Amino acid sequence: MPKQIILAAHFPGVNNTTVWSDPASGSQVDFSSFVHLARTAERGKFDFFFLAEGLRLREQRGRIHDLDVVGRPDTLTVLAALAAVTTHLGLAGTLNTTFREPYELARQLASLDHLSGGRAAWNVVTTSDAFTGENFRRGGYLDRALRYDRAAEFVRTARQLWESWPADAITGDRDGGRYLTEAAPGAFAHHGDQFDIAGHFTVPRSPQVHPVILQAGDSPDGREFAASSADAIFSRHGTLEDGQEFYRDVKSRLARHGRQPDDLKVIPGVTFVLGDTDAEAQERAHHIRRQQVSPQTAILLLEQLWNRDLSGYDPDGPLPAEDPDVSGDAISRGRAGMYPDPVRTARHWRALAEEKGLGIRDLIIEVTGRQSFVGTPRQVAERMNHFVQSDAADGFILVPHLTPGGLDDFVDRVVPLLQERGVFRTEYAGTTLRDHLGLSPAATRRRPPDLQPKVTVPA
Amino acid sequence: MTEKSLHLAVALDGLGWHPAAWRLSRADATAPLTARYWNALAGEAEHAALDLLTIEDSLDLQTSWPDGTDDRVDELRGRLDAVQIASRLAPLTRHIGLIPTTSTTHTEPFHLSTAIATLDHISGGRAGWRPRVSARRAEAGHFGRRDIPPLDLARLDEPETVRLVGDLFAEAGDAVEVVRRLWDSWQDDAVIRDVPTGRFVDRERLHYIDFAGRWFSVKGPSIVPRPPQGQPIVAALAHSSVPYAFAARHADIVFVTPIDAGHAAAIVAEVRAAEETVGRVGAPLRVLADLVVLLDETSTLARDRRTRLDELHGAQFTSDASIVTGTPGELADLLAEWHRAGVDGFRLRPAVLPDDLTAITRALVPALRDRGLFRAGYPGGMLRDLLGLPRPVSRYAVAATA
Repeated sequence: MPKQIILAAHFPGVNNTTVWSDPASGSQVDFSSFVHLARTAERGKFDFFFLAEGLRLREQRGRIHDLDVVGRPDTLTVLAALAAVTTHLGLAGTLNTTFREPYELARQLASLDHLSGGRAAWNVVTTSDAFTGENFRRGGYLDRALRYDRAAEFVRTARQLWESWPADAITGDRDGGRYLTEAAPGAFAHHGDQFDIAGHFTVPRSPQVHPVILQAGDSPDGREFAASSADAIFSRHGTLEDGQEFYRDVKSRLARHGRQPDDLKVIPGVTFVLGDTDAEAQERAHHIRRQQVSPQTAILLLEQLWNRDLSGYDPDGPLPAEDPDVSGDAISRGRAGMYPDPVRTARHWRALAEEKGLGIRDLIIEVTGRQSFVGTPRQVAERMNHFVQSDAADGFILVPHLTPGGLDDFVDRVVPLLQERGVFRTEYAGTTLRDHLGLSPAATRRRPPDLQPKVTVPA
Repeated sequence: MTEKSLHLAVALDGLGWHPAAWRLSRADATAPLTARYWNALAGEAEHAALDLLTIEDSLDLQTSWPDGTDDRVDELRGRLDAVQIASRLAPLTRHIGLIPTTSTTHTEPFHLSTAIATLDHISGGRAGWRPRVSARRAEAGHFGRRDIPPLDLARLDEPETVRLVGDLFAEAGDAVEVVRRLWDSWQDDAVIRDVPTGRFVDRERLHYIDFAGRWFSVKGPSIVPRPPQGQPIVAALAHSSVPYAFAARHADIVFVTPIDAGHAAAIVAEVRAAEETVGRVGAPLRVLADLVVLLDETSTLARDRRTRLDELHGAQFTSDASIVTGTPGELADLLAEWHRAGVDGFRLRPAVLPDDLTAITRALVPALRDRGLFRAGYPGGMLRDLLGLPRPVSRYAVAATA
């Protein structure tokens, strides 16, 4: 049997991938938009729905960035509501560990897992960013070097809390008058560098026990964290060869942590454009990129590399002759840095613009945001399947460029072709997200010996 | 209708407010861990056109002790996050207000603000929030970021306790202030989608809140556009002067706990005086009296059930709120009397769920309607409309146009 493809649907986010200027673009906030995308994904038998998170509005040149979608609802609250309008779809949320505490987040996720019948997932992110910290009690306290330490300790602590109620903690024996098997369930204690907490967890063991853990970071630390702690990783590597190399690398790290290759799924985030013919798809892809890169956005994206105020430049004119400013603070705040070597990248862009005779906007369209899969439904299905069968991925998180209808065509036209090939489910076989992803059930150990409840009552 | 309709709310917690409720409840012992259970309760409450439901929550395990996890095995333990439950209910209800409880002591005001704003978007303007303080050491130990001494009911009047409680309420006040500023930080018309200039928002209509207080500073603006109600409803439970003042400053609804009609009138007077003292502007607080209710077809049946529950519990059940044991008709008479004494409505705490909720919706509500005291259905609109509260303009919009 060929490898089965994992598919997830990303709700369009707050960067220029999301085209808000199109007449078909709907609300980014109305719950109906979320319902449409989630139900479309479930109609297509997708594994899960995915929400990103922002905790501070982005700024550029000291002002709120106004060219992309701005604003979005709270991740956890949306996911709980989506549990009411879907039945099988996994519900994954990006939730920052820097500005949360394990006790509170673990109970929110365990609650979501109960209220969705075992469909909760958490994309673990951590930031050291003091800019975002200005919205929170502790501010920008976290040293950049400690980001993955915090993330790993956070996940370990959350899992300890999720396991703190024994599976048989509630007996509910009305005649015998015994609600609990033993008094004071949920006992835990964690004493670490990031957290020093003890007490009792309030949420009885949830259907998945451990909600599914996702991880995005691509650095060696990020890969190692995924290998030790995550169920899936979704860093993107464009070409088949890059994907295969990444796949080999992260899977090879698992044994060190006592894990099997199947325990960590590789599901990169990808974009797609469909057309009746290849030429039509290519033309649509170019049209979408022009929508994604307005003249104003072109200047802004250029500024993110150059790290200078370029507002005086003509979007159709030549690139700046001077090199990027690598000395000062980033001009753009609230997003991850994208260019490890700005000067080198700038020289490359200048050479490319000269060679092809491109102005600023056309150059930006050329070098940013090229869609991952462009073609007829058959071509896209074949290429995606090829990526998976040749171990460049285990599946994909699809990022549509339109809210809320951006996934409709894919579900109507590509999914049936994947199903025909026997590489994608035609019905859900299980009920939990762990079932869908083929992940082994989380540890079901009984009371850890060092955390026996302090008080026991004779039966 | 001859008299003004009273407001009717139901407080949901576990399998009911009596500690032995789970012994007699028609629902499964683990039902409160399921969405189906909460949907059934909300559907029942909405069918009778109740104004709103509240969902209890706490950052520690239920306990019979003032502080710390107890050793009982015969009571319900464990619960889900109240905001998650409220949000799970939102798409499957259409009219009823949804008011989850959250702590303000260990949580981030920014997260609280965006969660309740989102609940308001999802529910089409039916969100509320009941902030509460976490005064227990057990809760503090779950966060490990501050030391709170064990709560001792015998020492409530000692200066250290008074200072701690004062601080916790002051912090809660700051939290509500931040939450409310964030709700206002997007003007209603901030999203412009102006294709010629390429701008999605008009950033002049987004506002930093620049809050700096003793416990935290929050820059803003929110990440969530302004909620449909502008300001979702804030409710506070209050038993004494410090929380009355907190409610008068920060809340739209106050839940109070009178023991009789005369006491109800006295509390309403105290609440009005607190409004005066803090210089409250805008609509006065909606004052809802809390009552634990245990209802049956005859008073004898109700009393017998109460006795049975107390026997199962091993002690007489007491509560911060009065306990009414009787028929729906008797309760309707009592509500009419307290309503005349000046309370705007009631938050009923069913002793056993869903049993006593069903008695409220199927027997008490018709009895109130017979007396001309309760609406026949929902008039339409958002929770603010139902409560007769105007939709406030964003404070920043006012400043911007002034």
